[in-house]
Amino acid sequence: MKAFATLYLRLDATTSSNAKLEALRDYFASAPAEDAAWAVYFLAGGRPRQLVPTRVLREQATAQAGLPDWLFEESYQAVGDLAETISLLVPVHADGSNEGLATWVEQYLLTLRGLSPEQVQQRLQPLWAQLDRPSLMLCLKLITGSFRVGVSKLLVTRALAQLAGLDAKRIAQRMVGYTDISHRPTAASYQRLVAAESADEHSQRGGQPYPFFLAHPLQAPTEQFDTLLGPPSAWQIEWKWDGIRAQVVKREGQLWVWSRGEELVTERFPELHSLAQTLPDGVVLDGEILVWKPGDTPAELAVQPFALLQQRIGRKTLGKKLLSDAPVVLQAYDLLEWQGEDWRNRPQHERRWQLERLVEDHPLAPVLLSPLLDGPDWADLARQREQSRSLGVEGLMLKQREALYGVGRTKDMGTWWKWKIDPFSVDAVLIYAQRGHGRRASLYSDYTFAVWDAPAGTQGRALVPFAKAYSGLSDEEMRKVDAIIRKTTVETFGPVRSVTPTLVFELGFEGIALSKRHKSGIAVRFPRMLRWRLDKPVEEADDLATLQALLA
Amino acid sequence: MDLVIARPEGLYCPPGDFYIDPWRPVDRAVITHGHGDHARTGNGHYLTASPGAGILRSRLGQGINLQTLPYGERLIHHGVTLSLHPAGHVLGSAQVRLEHQGQVWVASGDYKVEPDGTCTPFEPVPCHTFITESTFGLPIYRWPSQGEIFAGINAWWRANSEQGKASVLFCYAFGKAQRILHGLDPSIGPILVHGAVEPLNRVYRDAGIHLPQTHYAGDIPRNDPLLRQALVLAPPSAGGSSWMRRFGEYSDAFASGWMLLRGARRRRGVDRGFVLSDHADWPGLLWAIGQTGAERVMVTHGSVNVLVRYLNEQGLDARAFATEYGDEDDVATTEPAL
Repeated sequence: MKAFATLYLRLDATTSSNAKLEALRDYFASAPAEDAAWAVYFLAGGRPRQLVPTRVLREQATAQAGLPDWLFEESYQAVGDLAETISLLVPVHADGSNEGLATWVEQYLLTLRGLSPEQVQQRLQPLWAQLDRPSLMLCLKLITGSFRVGVSKLLVTRALAQLAGLDAKRIAQRMVGYTDISHRPTAASYQRLVAAESADEHSQRGGQPYPFFLAHPLQAPTEQFDTLLGPPSAWQIEWKWDGIRAQVVKREGQLWVWSRGEELVTERFPELHSLAQTLPDGVVLDGEILVWKPGDTPAELAVQPFALLQQRIGRKTLGKKLLSDAPVVLQAYDLLEWQGEDWRNRPQHERRWQLERLVEDHPLAPVLLSPLLDGPDWADLARQREQSRSLGVEGLMLKQREALYGVGRTKDMGTWWKWKIDPFSVDAVLIYAQRGHGRRASLYSDYTFAVWDAPAGTQGRALVPFAKAYSGLSDEEMRKVDAIIRKTTVETFGPVRSVTPTLVFELGFEGIALSKRHKSGIAVRFPRMLRWRLDKPVEEADDLATLQALLA
Repeated sequence: MDLVIARPEGLYCPPGDFYIDPWRPVDRAVITHGHGDHARTGNGHYLTASPGAGILRSRLGQGINLQTLPYGERLIHHGVTLSLHPAGHVLGSAQVRLEHQGQVWVASGDYKVEPDGTCTPFEPVPCHTFITESTFGLPIYRWPSQGEIFAGINAWWRANSEQGKASVLFCYAFGKAQRILHGLDPSIGPILVHGAVEPLNRVYRDAGIHLPQTHYAGDIPRNDPLLRQALVLAPPSAGGSSWMRRFGEYSDAFASGWMLLRGARRRRGVDRGFVLSDHADWPGLLWAIGQTGAERVMVTHGSVNVLVRYLNEQGLDARAFATEYGDEDDVATTEPAL
């Protein structure tokens, strides 16, 4: 546990990727395989479900620290992280346990699940007493499933690749599914990750997808595109769909559908199951799952809002009504495997050409070919992009015609850009604030925003909350807002403060829909602060009519 | 009668007709210590502990009307017996003891209970009513030992120096900087300081505090290889400024009690955080309050509500005093002009 805690401290103490890479290499070079197996799992984002209810942890910590409940709560509010709070309050061991991560996870932690609160309490105290402060914090993060450190999966992949003397893409391929809830890391599974290349590697992959290639946001003004990107003819240009990114894998008569989070979602989309018959073996498609209702509207207007898809994601069982209300298709835009062969190292245009042949040659009902756009220059494409909102898409995707299919957000094999449309925006008033977590602990950084319920000049008009947002401000701005919130507090309810309305922000969001759950009758998607409107008095903030107009 | 009350101008002693650390200009001000939120300009008459005279003059001007009083010596003003006692916070910091008609009050300003070698250590002063700060008034705040922290700072410096990188340590220019200098191992390399730090070093040295040799960072030419071995002390306001460019590649760190929390450390955006505070931690606050034997405790700046509630649950009569004191480790507090 101590070795893993030391790694955590090293990773946490630096923002440099090279320093992190070095720390990872050092750890993996000396860790026993069974410990390394779990370390990869946690660092790459694997999370066992919460092992002990938070309430039990709190009670145990409060009792061991000899504090009243309210003081524990105040401490937690200041720290903003339960594991860290507890590690600061309870007595700890000076040295800490040298037993390995695997022993801790498998013998001490996973076995806590399902025990009664009394049994858990009996077990926790002796466990905690063996750990020093950093190890205890880490152990608690593993128990609560909140372990996170500033390391990307890609960086873990690179560290292992360097250590094993393999290509990072190979490691990434082997890591697919490693953090799936059904996989339990073992010494053997770690050894498979870093083993030398074998001849039958490709045929052993079962239903595994490829690591997804991800796009970078493009934010430059259109006038600079020629300089930045060259002519549009060098690019494959498509709509940016607002759905669920997915890979459809068809091998040996079987079909698998994987989401971007490398989660197996085959069961959730029965509409795609016919592909098990219609797709040839040895095919992997990359595309977007969308709710699609052609009806009597023109085909290009058939895509339905993400909200409808979201309703399906949450459901355990998919009833007939839901399936007919929200039927899905796959808008396919890439071909990663053809005739059992990995095509990722072929250029974009070649993959596209073969994808078009595939869709033409096979009657693939639920698969549509994501159309290409073209235009003489970027200005023309910018005009086409203006239609995005009415078409229900998020903007354009620009894919280098010569790009290979990379891993994650890499750029060395060619680039994908997402050229999104500007978000909706309104000027809203900050009315409640709550303290943040992690880096924002103790700062009032999470805000509730309101608009007026009637136009300016209306007697007795009021502010109605409609969105919460906590991103978009610089640290400097956040400190200033925090100070103003503290000075203008009207009431405090637990961690939340209501304030005298004085602050106006331009809020941006991606989508807007009617909602019965919100007081304002409106729900917005991905709200965030675009800028602080220091120039606007509260009276000039927008009203509900502005939001309703955006709904149309 | 209350010997100290909170007024819009500051903490006021009605029978003595003077203020303690007023935040608006008044006729007579007793100053507990020289940090900007406690010692402000514009007062008619200043009284401070003798070791703090140099600091106060260097910050508020040579021309202020300043009277000094050695620790422990008494003076009587309008029937109030006043004396100053070490607070262990920074050079010259004092608790103000007031006695009037058999009642004793102590206003402690800012204090730290652990001796640090750069100022006279805190002395508990028995009283009926104790006015305490509460900057770190939560049980999560328990300081590691100074030895451990200085070992950490020296090890960080040594590792950077071996990699040919400057070590820039941000800290408050008055008090914290000198305390760090006192704990550094000067055999590791040269020690450079920012222009805001050097004048205060001079005051400390004049007061007989031993500090290792320092150089003004501005005197070292850019690209001088010496920079790559150096430890640089600078106020937080220097971070991100063009002044930093001269150091080329460097590692940075921040020294403050707030660095105990991971969130605060990450928010600061520096490579390392060293938990070094000039304030009492939670056990320190409770120990100091207990040592005074006071039955009544007035709590100022920090976690006021928490400490008031906790002390009341412990059977003391604790109340809040609203003040405008800040926290010198917080960058929101403006840096003093020097």
